[in-house]
Amino acid sequence: MISHPTASELIDSVIRFIEERAAPNLKDRDAFHARVAVNALAAVRREIEAGAAAEAAQTARLSALLGEDGDWNSLNTRLCDQIREGALAPTDPGLLAHFRASIIDQVRIDQPGYAGLKTLEAK
Amino acid sequence: MNDLQHALGALAPDLSPGATTIVGLRRLSGGASQETWAFETDNGAPLILRRKPPGVTGSGNAVPLATEAALINAAAARGAPVPRVLAICAPGSDVGEAYVMSRVEGETLGKRIARDPPFAEVRKTLARQCGEVLAAIHKVPTDGLPPLAVSSAATELEKYEAVYRQMDARRPIFEAAFRFLKDRAPTLEKPVLVHGDFRNGNLMVHPETGLAAVLDWELAHLGDPAEDLGWLCTSSWRFGGAKPVGGFGDHADLLAGYEAAGGAPIALERVLYWQMLGSLKWGCMCLTMYASYASGADASVERAMIGRRTSETEIDLVALLEAAA
Repeated sequence: MISHPTASELIDSVIRFIEERAAPNLKDRDAFHARVAVNALAAVRREIEAGAAAEAAQTARLSALLGEDGDWNSLNTRLCDQIREGALAPTDPGLLAHFRASIIDQVRIDQPGYAGLKTLEAK
Repeated sequence: MNDLQHALGALAPDLSPGATTIVGLRRLSGGASQETWAFETDNGAPLILRRKPPGVTGSGNAVPLATEAALINAAAARGAPVPRVLAICAPGSDVGEAYVMSRVEGETLGKRIARDPPFAEVRKTLARQCGEVLAAIHKVPTDGLPPLAVSSAATELEKYEAVYRQMDARRPIFEAAFRFLKDRAPTLEKPVLVHGDFRNGNLMVHPETGLAAVLDWELAHLGDPAEDLGWLCTSSWRFGGAKPVGGFGDHADLLAGYEAAGGAPIALERVLYWQMLGSLKWGCMCLTMYASYASGADASVERAMIGRRTSETEIDLVALLEAAA
């Protein structure tokens, strides 16, 4: 794996540069976009750390749910088709369990501060 | 801007008795479809101009500005708190297609309204007030209104499913939500005037008196009254507030206010249906905004990153599907 620096270290250095050096000189829309840029980098950092494991776990769940082997893309597409065609009911317990686990992993990467994440985790 | 200053100056006597010109003209927001400007008359009346940017033709679902102004007047006649429309400017006039309204004191930032201490007291009654005001809007007689689109749950789902399919995104939670909502779409019995964007962020709230004005009428249409209540409760508009109605109130208070003001009773289940449709709709809109980045139309980091907010709507949809199962 590439190190000295790692990808995460590079991202942290850019986040610090934007927050401490660049953003204080920006106004209005540019200042807003600097905040969004920091959020984007933080999401990429979380994805580097947790994305592969989340995809592997999701692929394994899809495989069990559908009773088929395949890569994430083909299994996810198959699931979409089955729901659309009515082969799997939108309130099927197995489907909902898959949704719950997958979307918690994804929102932890995309927007870990979103209130809806805590709501679902608490249930 | 000098042209606009001049054109508005000529209107000053109509905007405030005794005024001779206007001062302090400044642009407030740069929406793609509408401009908003603030200014005062020289005798101190605080005003807002909403104007279609020169050269821009109609945008998607938005009603013409003259229609917006007519709806604001019609809602005012039923007692809904809205700004006072003072002048309507026709397309081709010196101001352009626009209207001028009174500037109402208060706050529109959703996060402050849902969470900040100055609004703690009015938060207690805000959901009920929203119910009362929605009942007034929904009682506006539809006969005398300018032409408006009619939409039902089924037509909304059709529209947003087309948007989603066009994107070629494979999102199983959206598939399940479309399936669930299509199978349970309520029929549209008697279409009422629906505001169409009645949510925290489009409501002017005063820290002492609460709901002071309902803004942003451009998505008004005829439809299911529960649509407005459900959109107000959609999780995307809670701004970190803990409660379901706009982050500040409870379903029971919203519905009680609605009935107390003479609104035909609406079942909570129907509000939750439209709340789910609201999350799905906002999720599709996040994907659409991301698509403008992907196509190169808008290269900003904001348009790219908003695609990562789609998953927020999906986690809300999962919570609603679990509750319905």
